[in-house]
Amino acid sequence: MNRGRLRAIVWKEFVQMRRDRATLGMMLGVPVMQLVLFGFAIRQEVRHLPTTVFDVSRTQESRLFVDRLIATGNFDLVAPSPDYAGAIRAIDTGRARAAIVIPEDYARRLKRNEPAHVQVLVDATDPTASQSAIGAAQLVGQATSVEILARRAGATVDPGATPLDVRVRPLYNPALKSVLFIVPGIIGMILSNILIVITAMAIVRERESGTLEQLIVTPLTRGEIMLGKIMPYVGVGLVQLTAVLVVGYFMFGVHVRGSVALIYLMALLFIIASLGLGLFISTLVTRQAAAIQVSFFFLLPNVLLSGFMFPREAMPKAAAWIGLLLPLTHFLQIMRGIVLKGVGIASLWPQMLALAGFSAAFITFAALRFHKSLE
Amino acid sequence: MNAAHAVEARGLAKHFGALKAVDGVTFDIAAGEIFGILGPNGSGKTTTIRMLCGLLTPTAGTATVAGSDVTTHPDRVKSAIGYMSQAFGLYGDLTAEENLRFYGGVYGLDRDLGARIAWAEDRMKLAELGGRLSAQLSGGQRQRLALGCSLLHRPQVLFLDEPTAGVDPAARRLFWTIIRGLADEGTTIIVTTHYMDEAERFDRLAFLSRGTLTAYGTPTEVKRTFGENMTLEDIFVQLQGSEA
Ligand SMILES: Nc1ncnc2c1ncn2[C@@H]1O[C@H](COP(=O)(O)OP(=O)(O)OP(=O)(O)O)[C@@H](O)[C@H]1O
Ligand SMILES: [Mg+2]
Repeated sequence: MNRGRLRAIVWKEFVQMRRDRATLGMMLGVPVMQLVLFGFAIRQEVRHLPTTVFDVSRTQESRLFVDRLIATGNFDLVAPSPDYAGAIRAIDTGRARAAIVIPEDYARRLKRNEPAHVQVLVDATDPTASQSAIGAAQLVGQATSVEILARRAGATVDPGATPLDVRVRPLYNPALKSVLFIVPGIIGMILSNILIVITAMAIVRERESGTLEQLIVTPLTRGEIMLGKIMPYVGVGLVQLTAVLVVGYFMFGVHVRGSVALIYLMALLFIIASLGLGLFISTLVTRQAAAIQVSFFFLLPNVLLSGFMFPREAMPKAAAWIGLLLPLTHFLQIMRGIVLKGVGIASLWPQMLALAGFSAAFITFAALRFHKSLE
Repeated sequence: MNAAHAVEARGLAKHFGALKAVDGVTFDIAAGEIFGILGPNGSGKTTTIRMLCGLLTPTAGTATVAGSDVTTHPDRVKSAIGYMSQAFGLYGDLTAEENLRFYGGVYGLDRDLGARIAWAEDRMKLAELGGRLSAQLSGGQRQRLALGCSLLHRPQVLFLDEPTAGVDPAARRLFWTIIRGLADEGTTIIVTTHYMDEAERFDRLAFLSRGTLTAYGTPTEVKRTFGENMTLEDIFVQLQGSEA
């Protein structure tokens, strides 16, 4: 490894990067744009969830409860449902996003000082919206309970038993992902997708334009070419990470509970793994179009199997296993651990080891595949 | 090996599957010589040069360039040679000067990089073009820039694959003046070409046809083997005709 030669190729990559404004803009703009889009999409419609009511009780008490829910501003009434299945169907078809189910014995049980059960079904596919709806429902439930208790003041009540028990059942998104959950995921998605595509094109582009032939007759070694191509994009990856963390903090209040330095360390490993994969791809194909296609091949599993969208615990075994083969899966666990739970390095080393293993494997494969000849 | 020979090819062959692109060629090139490889399209000129530069591994045969074997010591060969590929191989999104700077760095020039770039710009008549993106240069300017890049590290042997294709006569004349100057200073130069009028400029030449050597020697020797009245152009057409 010759320092001067390596410096020359890194310098060249930077000059080309600076001159390719479109790609530069994409590399820096897309991460922030995606975060903002995701973030706002999730924050929208927190209030005024269309709500259907299935009131079997049909009493003054039950209507009072519904009125209180409406008064929170989180729920807007739509046509009531004739039965339980009808309420579910209303949510499935999107006519309603929440359903309030009041059982037949609601008023009777309240009068008898027995706990009454009310069910609020919330379509939790939109996590933040549903979370605030759930919060509101529980709050109203509690307030109503306190009121009932107060009215009964004097009477001896079992202190543990709240008379009104609002059971909230989140539908479809039991994990209740919030913007907090999304930001670490987006960082991983963006780093991996953009970096894989860009490095996959790096060598193929030189092959297509004829510059690779001129590069190969120089004394540059395989290692120098590989490393020289990767190093500038490590920098790009770290800038992207910083951009998403800063925007996440100021726009969406995502605080990193753990160590920021640890995030950068782990991200560095993950960036190297992604770049290594991109390089490996670039040694498999000879056309830029093919390089893009192969990189996109990783896009879907990254979205579906890494835990970015769907909880890995709920996946079929085979899918979960395949997910383990994606660097993103491990990186998401690391990021969520650090950002959400403030976990330290002590409990992250298995994932860290996995990332280091991926990096070493991809770069070795790439160097083995990349012959310093035209064959 | 003979120290006087800058290049020695012995039974050099390259097969792509069933296609015998180069099929056992043997020749020597003396140091300081301008050696021409002539032949019609697809006759194996580029393939031969690529093997000599270590870009392709020969299917059979051996070759030494600047005293090193191309298959066993490709790295030694690479630092001793300069190569200009048939297609423009420089970075179009870098300026002329940036291309020079990059190749200088890649060839390990350090302290004398600035001086060598100045030399190349002066010698290749690039002085006013330094700041232009090389994609915007004319054919002749690009060709001189590529030549400059391949000469920064003072190679002993220079390979030029169809350097004058698509270049106007004035630019070609300028180019040949530069090449002759380099040869006079001791650089061995191997050039492929289609242009018959250029063949007279070679010290010696080889005709390739379908991967084999059909004529080899000084222009006068080659003419003698084919008959005194033939021009090189006639010979070229005759050799090409015998292929069809
Ligand atoms: N990488 C390759 N794979 C398969 N066939 C090849 C490869 N490179 C060259 N060939 C074939 O080998 C033959 C010789 O090609 P080569 O490029 O050496 O010819 P050339 O004399 O340089 O022609 P031109 O004057 O057009 O440049 C051609 O038939 C070509 O199609
Ligand atoms: Mg050719």
